[in-house]
Amino acid sequence: MNAPLGPPLIDVEHLTMRFGGLLAVDDVSFVARPQEITAIIGPNGAGKTTVFNCITGFYKPTIGRLTLRGGDRDYLLERMQGHEIGQRAKVARTFQNIRLFPAMTVLENLMVAQHNKLMHASGWSVFGLLGLRRYRRAEEEGVELARGWLERIALIDDADRPAGELPYGAQRRLEIARAMCTEPRLLCLDEPAAGLNPHESAALNRLLVSIRERDGVGVLLIEHDMSVVMNISDHVIVLDYGRKIAEGPPAEVQSDPAVIRAYLGTDDEAING
Amino acid sequence: MAARLPSMLKDAGLTAFVAAALGVFVVGFRTVDVGRGLTFDYHLVDLAIAVVTIFFGRLGLSLAANGLRWPAMVLGAAMIAAGASPLELPSGFLHWFVALGGVLLVIRGAWPWANDAMSVAARSPAGVVLGRAGAKWSGWLLLAAAVAMPFTPFGDQKTMDLGVLILTYVMLGWGLNIVVGLAGLLDLGYVAFYAVGAYSYALLSTQHGLGFWTVLPLAGMMAAAFGIVLGFPVLRLRGDYLAIVTLGFGEIIRLVILNWFDLTNGPAGIGSIPGPTLFGAVFAETAPAGKQTVSEMLGIPFDGIHRLIFLYYIILLLALITNLFTQRMRRLPVGRAWEALREDETACRALGINPTNTKLTAFAVGAMFAGFAGSFFAAKQRFISPESFVFIESAIILAIVVLGGMGSQIGVVLAAVLLIGLPEWFRDLGNYRMLAFGLAMVLIMVFRPRGLVAHREPSLRLHPANRGDGR
Repeated sequence: MNAPLGPPLIDVEHLTMRFGGLLAVDDVSFVARPQEITAIIGPNGAGKTTVFNCITGFYKPTIGRLTLRGGDRDYLLERMQGHEIGQRAKVARTFQNIRLFPAMTVLENLMVAQHNKLMHASGWSVFGLLGLRRYRRAEEEGVELARGWLERIALIDDADRPAGELPYGAQRRLEIARAMCTEPRLLCLDEPAAGLNPHESAALNRLLVSIRERDGVGVLLIEHDMSVVMNISDHVIVLDYGRKIAEGPPAEVQSDPAVIRAYLGTDDEAING
Repeated sequence: MAARLPSMLKDAGLTAFVAAALGVFVVGFRTVDVGRGLTFDYHLVDLAIAVVTIFFGRLGLSLAANGLRWPAMVLGAAMIAAGASPLELPSGFLHWFVALGGVLLVIRGAWPWANDAMSVAARSPAGVVLGRAGAKWSGWLLLAAAVAMPFTPFGDQKTMDLGVLILTYVMLGWGLNIVVGLAGLLDLGYVAFYAVGAYSYALLSTQHGLGFWTVLPLAGMMAAAFGIVLGFPVLRLRGDYLAIVTLGFGEIIRLVILNWFDLTNGPAGIGSIPGPTLFGAVFAETAPAGKQTVSEMLGIPFDGIHRLIFLYYIILLLALITNLFTQRMRRLPVGRAWEALREDETACRALGINPTNTKLTAFAVGAMFAGFAGSFFAAKQRFISPESFVFIESAIILAIVVLGGMGSQIGVVLAAVLLIGLPEWFRDLGNYRMLAFGLAMVLIMVFRPRGLVAHREPSLRLHPANRGDGR
């Protein structure tokens, strides 16, 4: 295992989530570092999405502490309200089943993502209603940020089309760009490669690497597509039945007997491929 | 085609049978009070004529559906002729029924041609230009027509009254459009805020002597405050649950008004509410002490219609303010957040948007415009009672928004003209007025299931060159 690099971006300690009699996540601890892609893998029902939902405030964890280290202060995510995690702690996420705003255009989707910044600039709508320069400039900057992302995900020509009309792969890319337009510290992606063809999957790899290299954002990734996990992640965490069974660099995890057993042996190919 | 004729006849016969079975109780006989008791009054001839009309109508529709347009149109023409003929039918309504059935058949027969012609015309260069200009200028044209209305020959008492009524509903529709069309919150108690505005003005003017223009903003603020107070606990709910709770709150406000006798005078209502003034001058034949009448101020002879024209322009102005405000809000972050909330609340939360605050602003802004409209209503009627704020009003306003096309501004105008104007124009139809109203709603839902104007114009564009139309 490589020597730990720098301070963690998010520190998950003893995370436990219980739904009635079901223990979905059982005492999981891990860290994700800035400018690293951390992948969470595991068989279906292992509790990966539950971990995500705890980090992004959709569930309140039963036990555990989730500390996000911001620039100047730490945020205890388990104590924050759902929308504050995006607004203050700057954790953005995408969803397993795409959740765009389908009737709104591609550009509008990216503008909604900059809501809090623009809301502030519009003086909670007062300056905006008066049509002050200050707001118009902020909006232009917002459009420029959106334009930059549309160029990176190759959707610049579709900017004025309703997001719901885009093909599936483009919707996946747009959802990532929308999350990035919130200017997050930590980006949580829930199966971004699901349903993509190999070509699109390779493009996704390049996009995620550029997010790590260029934007310096920490990425937390749930993925079944091993070509994505093994090629681009810096650190892999393996969950099974709600417990962490292995952790380390991709190559190391790949040959871990516990991991192979968790995938029931028959899925060796998936691990090795 | 001829091979299908027996099955078409069978289908038409079946339809006529169903109509006869249903109609025998509705049309066939009615009970008449003859003093000592009830006897039956039979109308079997009416029923027979209606059933025969339905038989031929259905036959014509299946003919048209099977491509036999000419026979369908001939059948329709024959029905029009029969309806318009001086033939002795038992009631005048049957003439209308037969003739209207014929008109519908002719339209159905000619529809494919008309449709083709329209799509060809729309695709021709002139059609494209016209279509764009139409979309861009139709709003302005409507506005110009509305401004000029009082000075045209149509500007008589009856039409102006109707105009004021329609504009009131247009304004309410635009206000509710913020809540339902943009933010996607199904509010069935919108009339409660209308009532708050109306009672704010009625009470402040009759008991504290405040004028219309002073109270107008106060009434809006009052209604907005009620919107926030009511909204805070209920906006955690979604969809149907929210609809039920808002319905309940609407009724609660009405019941409080009805029963809080000391404040609101209960079911007796509040009377002699002063009307709006023009720079302090009143609209009346003789001014109260210390005041001036408008006819004195302007040096024109007194005419009752001046007051109506003034009211018309006030509500036109208020409605326009509502519209402009909404258009502007849509282009601001808060307006985009409303629409995003309608599309996907979970995604909004993940993007750091506070759903409760965003919904509350939509609710409060919508309530504020209802408050403005309410205080205008009180000033216009000069008498208000809880009778005016029943659930059916909320339902009509909601129907205007939904039929107009959720979120569409011009659609609300069209739907308000249809839903408020038509029943007034159809007064001659008597009891069948609501039937025509229902038919209009069914037709809109069949032919335009997403509302009259379903087009959504983006709030901003990256490539304005591709811009197709105005609003």
